Amino acid sequence: MKDEINCTELENLTRFLIALGDDSVIYSHRLSEWCSNGPYLEEDIALTNVALDYTGRARLFYQYAAKLEDNGKTEDDIAYLRTEREFTNLLIHELPINDFAFTMLRQYFMDVFYCLYLQALSGSKDESLSAIATKALKESHYHLKRSEPWIKLLAQGTDESRQRILRAQAELENFTGELFLMETWEVQLVDQGIAVDRSLIQLEWERQVSAFLAESNIQFTQTQLQVSGGRCGIHTEHLGHLLSEMQYLQRTYPGMKW
Amino acid sequence: MNQEYLSTYEVFVRSARGLDHKHVGSLHAENSQQALMYARDVYTRRSEGVSIWVVEAINITASQEEDVESFIEPMDEKKYRHASHYQLPDKIDNM
Repeated sequence: MKDEINCTELENLTRFLIALGDDSVIYSHRLSEWCSNGPYLEEDIALTNVALDYTGRARLFYQYAAKLEDNGKTEDDIAYLRTEREFTNLLIHELPINDFAFTMLRQYFMDVFYCLYLQALSGSKDESLSAIATKALKESHYHLKRSEPWIKLLAQGTDESRQRILRAQAELENFTGELFLMETWEVQLVDQGIAVDRSLIQLEWERQVSAFLAESNIQFTQTQLQVSGGRCGIHTEHLGHLLSEMQYLQRTYPGMKW
Repeated sequence: MNQEYLSTYEVFVRSARGLDHKHVGSLHAENSQQALMYARDVYTRRSEGVSIWVVEAINITASQEEDVESFIEPMDEKKYRHASHYQLPDKIDNM
């Protein structure tokens, strides 16, 4: 591990881009697991569209990182040839899809988060980063329009669907806090006006989520002790399994192209 | 979710260069707002349209196949309703 203090701005930025790319690519892979398994055809296609949006984001972040690194590696190397400990996604993205209620509640949490986060990131001093955020923000606005009615429908639906939403909330409450944590290098980027201070959007996120869930008579909770470590490469036991599927083709047939 | 709880919607899309909404297909949805979103995801993935209508299928009143004999065919038999039925005077070249 390199000394944090000696990290140049460029290294910090690259690390940041790869972290954001990891968030997107891992989440996209999770969502794509619903492909052909959706509750019905229309939702299957709609959910897979969301997955594709996140793949698109991951590519933009990785491509930009590869350009800055300038060492001959491409977006594909970053996505397919790094090991579990090298991935720095926040843990909430890698949790298994579980049931549909869990998938949609996580989606709702992510949508509210990304609407706030990308809005702030679109004001980044780094023009390329700002452009990526502006593009992705439009997608997240749509995703939120989709996830909100689902949460209401499930939370106010049958006993079964409500129980499933409550169960999902009980699991996710351990992981939402990590969305607002930052490593030293990210704080340095915040000071330079490149990254976004996550702690500043936390209150607004909690306010929106609490108010929305309260409409369905659900009290939003976050545990005191939050699980974290994703940004340092310390993951849940689920990521390894995900990578073994996601990276299978490149690992087995190195350099394979479409 | 069981599909029997969902309604069928017919989807109409207006392309960027079109003036009218054209029927493109149908889908299942819980309500009209959801139908609109599914229509966006299912039928306009490749920028096919700039405007979408969804109509719950039960709200469409349709002519019936078995009525064709009395409902449609009589129109075909009235040749005088077509311009081609009339012989033009020689003086008129174009019409």
